[in-house]
Amino acid sequence: MARYVIRRLLQAVPTLVGVSVIAFALVYNSPGDPILIRTFDPNITQETRETLRRQLGLDQHWALQYVSWLTGVTLRGGAVVAEFERSDTSCSFVAWLNTTFCDNGGGILRGNLGTSIATNQPVWDRIVERMPATLQLGVAALLVSLLAGVPLGVLSAVRQRSLFDGSVRVLAVVGNALPSFWLGLMLILFFGVVLGWLPTGGMRTVSLTNEFDPVDRARHLVLPAFVLAVSGVALFSRFMRTETLEVIRTDYIRMARAKGVAARRVWFVHALGNALIPLMTALGPAIFGVLSGAVIVETIFSWPGMGRMTFSAAIQRDYPTVLGAVMFFSLLTIMGNLLSDILYGVVDPRVRLS
Amino acid sequence: MTIAQADSPALTTLAADPQLQRKPRTYWSMALHSLRRDLVTMIAIAFLAVMTVLSLLAPAIANGIGVGPNDTNPDNAFQQPYLGPYVQWRTGQDPTTAPLMLGKSGGVPHWLGTDQLGRDQFVRLLYGGRVSLGIALAAAALTLILGVTVGTVAGFFGGVVDDLIMWFINTSVSIPGIYLLIIVTAMFKPNPITLTLFLGLLGWFGTARLIRGNVFKVRALDFVLAARSVGSRNARIMFQHVIPNSLPIIIVNAAIDIGSLILAESALSFLGLGVQPPTATWGSMLNRARNLIFLRDPETGANLALHLLSVPGLLITATVLSLYLIGDGLRDALDPMMKNIR
Repeated sequence: MARYVIRRLLQAVPTLVGVSVIAFALVYNSPGDPILIRTFDPNITQETRETLRRQLGLDQHWALQYVSWLTGVTLRGGAVVAEFERSDTSCSFVAWLNTTFCDNGGGILRGNLGTSIATNQPVWDRIVERMPATLQLGVAALLVSLLAGVPLGVLSAVRQRSLFDGSVRVLAVVGNALPSFWLGLMLILFFGVVLGWLPTGGMRTVSLTNEFDPVDRARHLVLPAFVLAVSGVALFSRFMRTETLEVIRTDYIRMARAKGVAARRVWFVHALGNALIPLMTALGPAIFGVLSGAVIVETIFSWPGMGRMTFSAAIQRDYPTVLGAVMFFSLLTIMGNLLSDILYGVVDPRVRLS
Repeated sequence: MTIAQADSPALTTLAADPQLQRKPRTYWSMALHSLRRDLVTMIAIAFLAVMTVLSLLAPAIANGIGVGPNDTNPDNAFQQPYLGPYVQWRTGQDPTTAPLMLGKSGGVPHWLGTDQLGRDQFVRLLYGGRVSLGIALAAAALTLILGVTVGTVAGFFGGVVDDLIMWFINTSVSIPGIYLLIIVTAMFKPNPITLTLFLGLLGWFGTARLIRGNVFKVRALDFVLAARSVGSRNARIMFQHVIPNSLPIIIVNAAIDIGSLILAESALSFLGLGVQPPTATWGSMLNRARNLIFLRDPETGANLALHLLSVPGLLITATVLSLYLIGDGLRDALDPMMKNIR
């Protein structure tokens, strides 16, 4: 088991390297310029912009920029120690290469995602600041989709071809087709504006005391978590329906029926246990779906999470933040898949993790 | 039981009367037959056909109504849909509202109302349909071409080629696609063509995986071995034997793909990252309406933008739903195993 986990973790390394290359290539080949967006002030001269650009290394070849992003080491032609030496950056000039090496102590290989261009904060701090909100939303959505999706799927298998089964299947397809942004808008309109029962956005009511109010938090969470959970409910109910029907065709269920076990007991004791096992494999995709959906849901509900941060960072061309967020999301996705595989192996002794 | 002879009278009458002859049933005709009996799928296909035709005819329809998609009329902003009052007028329930609305709009019937600039929502939806459907179709074609090619190559050759391709695909899918799309569109400010390219280039991974899996299965079958034994080249085996055997998967996948691409395009437009204004798309119309959610009529207190908030989203949902249902229906119709059960 431990060996399997270690091997899978090692396999994640080339994937993450690939992710870093793809993300970097996309971001740095894009038109537009973070400097121009930040220094829209006409009083700022072209030279100042050039200097800023040079300090951020945006004038360099993309391969050099990539190396600098990975390792925190920047290469510069000529003896330019004086220009780039700062309190957090040590530079040294290597004469026989005619190159100045600057080390800012960062680089994602050393666990440093760099500094945000937009806010001058370390990217990691921004992620840590925003993560709890996304986590709270994501976990709530995942719980809702499990608690609603699994029973719906099992019951619709139990009552196969009934009206209930039909409506659950229709709901699953509709749930997949519903654009989350529209569903969110409609719910805000109905529950927030027309009925006034629930807040229309944000994570909490802004107050002077800043007190933690669980009821207020929960009220803010209801709509976004529901919207984010819809596709998960669809996924789980479909999945559980198929799995339960699969299990019900097996011989041991026939055996249980033949020896006279009550129908209810057959379904919920004999069948359900085995039908729940493959659910673990759906967990990875579900986590992926929640992460993907978060960006839209957070935008509609002004939820101060990672998705909204990435979105605004992309608009501001805050390259380090965008790249950091992409790396972070990929890591979460890979971990989610690994977790789902490991859990599968834990609950199903037939699966050999090797 | 007797065996009919070639010259038996029964066979002669059969041969003489074309009415009695049964056409040979191929795989495709059987699929079509079971599709025709599938009411839900047929309704979905009909809805989609109507949407497509209306979108294609958008300029003519706009001409008929007498208003263009970007014609503004500030005096007539937020007019409610004319459809309801018109019906009430014609049935004699309310003879005043509809003519009043017509007078306000200068004789133009705004069937689905107008937006904050007094633009006709119905016409804008039709024009938006051209953009949304067009982009989704073109992008789906791209994902299919890429996905089928790469998936077939990976599955057919296996080994290092497969390893490399799968590494690339697994890497790409570990970044949530919507983030990639948001980043790319936020930075590149796409026009319809580049947006199509982005959607297509970032959307083929799933298709490739599906096709690869199927090619693995087909590759091991005897007829491939037979083709190889008579000296067929790789390219011929791929195009003549392997790809046709993936066709059912490709077709089902195409329908679902188009639906997902419409969702992705609308989401991007909703975030303000898709095709830029004033071009109407379903997503960007919702994006506009989003800011009007609190707007109420000062006298009646009714929400003024309800029609702008509801109709475009309803249309996206219905279109995507149709495509998903068509995908499901096609899956059932094209699956030979299902037929034995029925």
